[in-house]
Order: sequence, then C-alpha cells, then structure tokens
Amino acid sequence: MSRIGVFVCQCGNNIASTVNTKKVADEMAKIPGVVYTGDYKFMCSSPGQEMLKEVVKEHKLDGVIVSACSPHMHEKTFRKACESAGLNPFRCEITNIREQCSWVHHDKTKEVGTIKSIDLTRMTIERLKRNRPLEKINIPIKKKALVIGGGIAGIQAALDIAEGGREVVLVEKEPSIGGNMARLSETFPTMDCSQCILTPKMVEAELHENITIHTWSEIERVDGYIGNFTVQIRKKAKYVNEDLCTGCGECIEKCPFKADSEFEMALNKRKVIYTPFPQSVPNIPVIDASNCPKIQKDKCGACAIVCGPKAIDFKQEDRIITEEIGAIVVATGYELMPNTRFGEYGYGRIKDVISGLQFERLASSSGPTGGEIRRPSDGEIPESVVFIQCVGSRDEKKGVAYCSKICCMYSAKHTMLYRHKVHDGQAYVFYMDIRSGGKRYDEFVRRAIEHDGAMYLRGRVSRVYERGGKTIVQGADTLSGTQVEIEADMVVLATAIVARSGADQLAQRLGIGYDKYSFYNEYHPKLRPVETVTAGIFLAGTCVGPMDIPESVSMGSAAAAKVLSLFSADEMAREPITAFVNEPICNACWDCLNACPYSAIESKGVKDRKGNIVRWIANVNDGVCQGCGVCVAACRSKCIDLKGYTDEQVYAAINAF
Amino acid sequence: MKIDREKLHSPFVEQVERVSGEVFANCYQCGNCTGGCPVSFAMDYGPSQIIRLLQLGQEQLVATANSMWLCVGCLQCYSRCPKGVSAASILEALRQMTLRKGEDHEDVGGLPFPFLKDAPQQAIISGFRKFVS
Ligand SMILES: Cc1cc2nc3c(=O)[nH]c(=O)nc-3n(C[C@H](O)[C@H](O)[C@H](O)COP(=O)(O)OP(=O)(O)OC[C@H]3O[C@@H](n4cnc5c(N)ncnc54)[C@H](O)[C@@H]3O)c2cc1C
Ligand code: SF4
Ligand code: SF4
Ligand code: SF4
Ligand code: SF4
Repeated sequence: MSRIGVFVCQCGNNIASTVNTKKVADEMAKIPGVVYTGDYKFMCSSPGQEMLKEVVKEHKLDGVIVSACSPHMHEKTFRKACESAGLNPFRCEITNIREQCSWVHHDKTKEVGTIKSIDLTRMTIERLKRNRPLEKINIPIKKKALVIGGGIAGIQAALDIAEGGREVVLVEKEPSIGGNMARLSETFPTMDCSQCILTPKMVEAELHENITIHTWSEIERVDGYIGNFTVQIRKKAKYVNEDLCTGCGECIEKCPFKADSEFEMALNKRKVIYTPFPQSVPNIPVIDASNCPKIQKDKCGACAIVCGPKAIDFKQEDRIITEEIGAIVVATGYELMPNTRFGEYGYGRIKDVISGLQFERLASSSGPTGGEIRRPSDGEIPESVVFIQCVGSRDEKKGVAYCSKICCMYSAKHTMLYRHKVHDGQAYVFYMDIRSGGKRYDEFVRRAIEHDGAMYLRGRVSRVYERGGKTIVQGADTLSGTQVEIEADMVVLATAIVARSGADQLAQRLGIGYDKYSFYNEYHPKLRPVETVTAGIFLAGTCVGPMDIPESVSMGSAAAAKVLSLFSADEMAREPITAFVNEPICNACWDCLNACPYSAIESKGVKDRKGNIVRWIANVNDGVCQGCGVCVAACRSKCIDLKGYTDEQVYAAINAF
Repeated sequence: MKIDREKLHSPFVEQVERVSGEVFANCYQCGNCTGGCPVSFAMDYGPSQIIRLLQLGQEQLVATANSMWLCVGCLQCYSRCPKGVSAASILEALRQMTLRKGEDHEDVGGLPFPFLKDAPQQAIISGFRKFVS
C-alpha cells in the first residue's frame, strides 16, 4: 500500500475564499493509501516547504500531492523539496486547484469549489499511485557550435562564442561573409560607414583561432539533438583550392568574361571568377561555373594560366564534411521582396526605378558609381528623387501584412545621403505612417525633414509611368486631401523585407518552426526570444523578422550567451517525461515517426542472436523527445506511452472521477 | 496638384517664412493647433492645413482662404504646438503680406453709418488695423 501525503494550499485567500481547504484535506484522508493530509496558508513559502519536508520524513511518505496553483508555477519548487527530503522528485504531483478551480468559481459558500477540488485531488492521487520513480536523463554535450549564416548577426554570435573559449563552425552560402550589411553605404541613426564598422568584425572572425569559416557552403543534413548534433555541410565547388590560393586576384584580373554582380544587385558586372567585393572574407575567389566557358565547354582557362600557386582546379567537386555539434545558431537573414510584383511602379520596365538596396550601392563609395548618385538609365545625376515606402509591406492583398520596420528609417537616411551628395536635389517621400521607434530614431527622421529638406507626403503612390521621357509619380497627400503628381528623375522603392527563399526548407531540415512568411518562430516571443522549440537551436537576426543592425547584433550576442551557458556543463540533465515504446508489440507502421513534431522517433533494428536485423521498430530518442505525447495519440497498436502520463495512470485518474 | 522644387521653394513661400519667422518643415502636421483653435470650424482651412498647403507651396489656395481673416490672435495654437510653431504668426504674416499689397479685406467706405456709430471703439480700431491697409 502507498504512503501518500496530501497538502492543500490556501494560497492566502486566493484558494481559500472559494474552496474549503480543510474539508478537501479531511476528505482525502479517507482514501486508502493516504497517510497524511493537511491544509496550509502558503505551501510555497519557506515554512511551507520545511513543513512538507518534515512530514515526508516523519510519515515516511512515498508520494506527495500538493493541491495548489498551476504546476507551471511551483512544480519545480515542491519536487525539489521532496528530493531534499529523500523522495524521488517524480513521486511528487501537483493538483491545480487555483487556476482550474478557485479562480473560476465565485461561489462564496465554497460548495462548488470544494467539490471540484476534492474530485481533482482524488484523481491525482490515483495517478500518483501508479507513478514510477523516474530518473533525470543526463546527456553529454559536445562543445562546438554551428552558426548558419555569416551576416552581422551570425558573425556576432560566432565571435562571442569563440571569445567564450568554444569552437565555432560558421557556414555561409555566399563566397564571402558579411551579408546584407556589407551592401549598405552609411547606417542610421549615426551615419557611420557600414563597411568601416563591419569589415573589422569580418576579419576578426576570419583570424579567430576558435572559428572555422566555410563559405560557398550549405547545410545538407542535421541529425541528433541538443548537445549531440551531427551536421553535414556541403562545400560547393569553388574551382579554387582554398589551401593554395593566396588571394592575389591575378585570375580575376585576367578573366575575359563577365556576368551580373549579385552583390551589386545587377547594377554592375563582375568577372566569372570573382569575390563579391574587395574586402571579402575569405579573400578567395570562386568560379561561377554556369558562365565559365572552360567548365561548360573546355574553352579559355586563362585564370589557371596566370595563377602563380596553381590554385585553380576545374575538376573540383562539391564535398560533404561532417561536424559534431552541440548547439546551433540560425542567422540566415533576409531578402527584399522581388519588386517585379509591383508592375504599377514600373520596376523592371522603367530603368530608373530601383530598390532600396540598389540605392545603397549607388551611395556607397565602393559601389558601381564610386558613391556618386547617378541614375542607371543614363548615368545622369537625378535632380529629384521620389522614395516610396511600404512597397509590399502593410499590403495584405499583394504583399505582406506586416510592417518591415526598418524602411522608414532607411528611406529617411536615403534622403539625407542624397541631399549630402546632390546639394540642390529635391527628395520626396511617400509614406503611410513614419515608424521610427528607437533611440534617437525619430530625431533622425525629423533631421531629414527639417534640416535636409526632404518633402514628406502622406499617402501611397498609385502608379509610376513614363510620359514624354519623364517618369511621373502619381500619388496622394492625404494631409491636404489632394492627388499629387511629381516628375521624378529616379524612383526608389522601399520594398518589404522577406525571409530568404528556401528558409522553410532549412527550418524543416533543422526541425524548427516558422510562420506563414517563413520567418523562424521563437520559443516564446517575449520571454524566450532567441530559443526555438527545438532544444539546442537558437535564433539571431532578421531570419526571425525585420530588424535593424543593433537588434540583429543584440540577438547574436544573446544567442551566443545561451550557447555558452549550455556549454558550461559537461552534461545536461533533462526531464525524464519522454515517450517509450513497448517493443514487442510495435508493428513499425511509423505513424508515430510521422506525427512527432520534434523528429524524436527513429527506426531501430531488432537483432537476433547472430546479430542479424530481423525486424524494425520505433525508438524514442530521449535527448530529443519533448514529452508532448502526440505519438501516443497517433499509435494504432497502443504500444507507445509517455512516462509520468501512461495510459494506465490517465485511466486510473479518469476512473476516480 | 503638381508639386516640384520651384513650388516648394517659391518666393511666396520663402517670404511667408521670413515674415513669420517660422519654418514650415518643423510642423508635424499633428493638428493640435486646429484642434484648439476657437474659430477653425469656420475657416476654409484650419491652421494646420494652411501650414500643409504652405509646405506644398500652394500659394493660390492659401492666399484666397478666409483663414487669415478669421484668426483672432488668441495664440491657443502656439501654446499647444509640440514643435513650438506659431500658426498665429504665419496667419499674421499672410495678413500683412496681403494688406501691404493694398488689398483690403474690408471696404470701410461701404460700412453703414449707424453701425460705425454704435460699434465699440475698441472693435473699430482693432478691426481697421486687422482688415484694412
Ligand atoms: C536598403 C536597406 C538599408 C538598411 N540600412 C540600415 C541602416 O542604416 N542601419 C541599420 O541598423 N540597419 C539597416 N538595414 C537593415 C540591415 O541590413 C539588417 O538589420 C542586417 O543586415 C541584418 O543582418 P542579418 O545578419 O540578420 O542578415 P543578413 O545580412 O541577411 O545575413 C544573413 C547571411 O546568411 C547567409 N545565408 C542565408 N541563408 C543561408 C543558408 N541557408 N546557409 C548558409 N548561409 C545562409 C546569407 O548569405 C547572409 O550572408 C538596412 C536594410 C536595407 C534593406
Ligand atoms: S576559365 Fe572561366 S573563370 Fe577562368 S578566366 Fe576563363 S572564364 Fe574566367
Ligand atoms: S517601416 Fe515604415 S516604410 Fe517600412 S513597412 Fe513599416 S511603415 Fe512602411
Ligand atoms: S491664434 Fe488664430 S489660428 Fe491660432 S488658435 Fe487663435 S484664432 Fe486659431
Ligand atoms: S500644432 Fe504645431 S506641429 Fe501640430 S499641426 Fe499645428 S503647427 Fe504643426
């Protein structure tokens, strides 16, 4: 027979005002197996916990029930108290008679609340009687981190982890790290040059002894769980031997063929063998195979001839490398929504309609115009530029419903950059609202208006078209209630920030959640903003949603702190509330495997005495299982069960009702 | 309405800024001035709308609106403005600029004698100052 103690908490008046706690305790005393009952003002207080410990020892209890608030609040507290009194912590269960009982009843006669508390507690007693003591699961931790994406968020995370003394593998799909920030000219709100503050960090990452950078690489496969991931990385063929290349750039110089530069957003050409920009890290070129005549039809080969260290290797193939990883930081960043969706703005049709990032390149001293604002069509300096905000953002019908958050700020910045470079130029900005929340941000926008003469018009633009060689912008100024028309020399679209194409596939590979826009989901948007629901995988930067550089950097550092705290122990303890398979009756239908949202179920071979696999069954990986119980519901042969919540326990609880 | 650089910086706009001492770009267009103005209900354009039209360089609309003549100079607008812009000064500037062109708002000769005789002195003097060059 069990020796169970039942402690009923009054929670001051929170519970006691609608529940007769004494009566609940007295009723429970009548149940076989219950050897102690009592009620108390505040069970969670130190005297309450002390009392609990003493009773456990004095009455030699083998199980404890605390009927109190939600287990989210104090399950840990009471289990710890039991443990220190020598009881297995999983022999302590909570009945929620506050949130589920006293708070939802107003009956001051306490009748209803008391009856319900008695029912709930009785059910827990029957469940507890069938509780098996469980042991915490200890899993070893491999102390190497993987950072996916080498934008500013990923670089920051990598640097902080590396500075914390742990090894980092940084995987970047482009030939250089740096991300979108490398494209920016100057940055709001301080107007410091983007490259000048970014490149030192890129170089620091390259030279850091704890950081290994794989560029032109992508994640092929991820297996395992927190502390124990096995990651396969595809190193795409660069056709340049990274160990031999000295970065002299002779090959780039001599390559006779060109293609549109991705980095310059098609405003300029690059060679077929190239680095995206002069300060690329690593400074090792790649060959764009689809445009290289040598690789396509064995003609040319100029680069190989001039390359001193003989680093060019036209036969190079993709390689898969495997890394053993303890934690992952995902920092894959953003793209701009393709402007081609907005035919009414003439993008793609009218040459002088460009995107915000293209404007950054025009304003950048390392850009295609050397930092002079010259329009793409004829290289003339535009005397009037119209900036259109919220293109695709806040547009449920054609674009996305959300606000891209940073375009108000960068459009204001663009008007300033333009005015500083073209002194008698006139900038116009069409806006719906100006969103400039942030330290010194609104002052920044006011400076653009009051000091640098940008003309802000409140309204959307309905169309941009050509008339007699001029680009006409037609929109509204709702402040004066009129339609307005402006002859523009150039138009800049602040297009929506969207998730990287393919972000959803990466999420599926990693087993993390994403929203309908493919931005990655935080575990909790307020309280656990850098964690994902998959333990050991963290988030940083604009892959979560639109944000600016300071926020991306903060998130990078925050994710690094999470990784470092995980790595501070050699093993980590996990709650043993996991699923388990009753192996003899599993018929390998794989319903559980398909149902599990955490990919915790794998197939396991059952071997005969000779070691031959005779059949396959489902197996739960304790490190990955989050104890959600979906598999239990899915299993047709009822052979999978959840520790602490077995069918037997749950039915016993129901029968006690 | 067509807007361009010339309109935004027209001599008229610059003169109103100089005479009033106000910079139109400073105005948020929050509408607090119009909200508090005791006579904006009767104006063609409230004080904030007048400022908007000036920001947009719309001389014609501003010059023909009755707003400047209705303003009583109570300075409610100025006392409420979060940017310290005085719509009152701007309307005063518009009045002065109109009157100095010799364009009277009131035809004194046309006023009926009994009215002039019965009206309080204060009203006649301040009225003449405000409406007549
Ligand atoms: C026009 C414009 C102007 C801006 N101006 C400013 C400004 O003045 N001030 C400011 O604070 N912010 C500004 N921003 C915002 C700023 O660009 C971002 O906040 C910042 O760059 C986000 O960094 P990130 O690391 O999150 O993403 P990204 O810079 O996008 O970096 C992500 C990196 O991950 C890599 N990657 C993506 N997918 C994979 C994959 N599957 N595997 C491996 N690698 C992958 C990408 O190649 C990239 O290198 C501006 C944005 C725009 C569009
Ligand atoms: S072989 Fe290809 S990469 Fe090399 S120089 Fe010729 S075109 Fe350029
Ligand atoms: S930040 Fe400004 S421009 Fe961008 S979507 Fe939001 S409101 Fe529109
Ligand atoms: S001073 Fe003129 S504009 Fe300002 S509140 Fe008074 S009446 Fe209105
Ligand atoms: S109160 Fe000031 S800032 Fe607001 S609309 Fe009037 S003048 Fe402009």
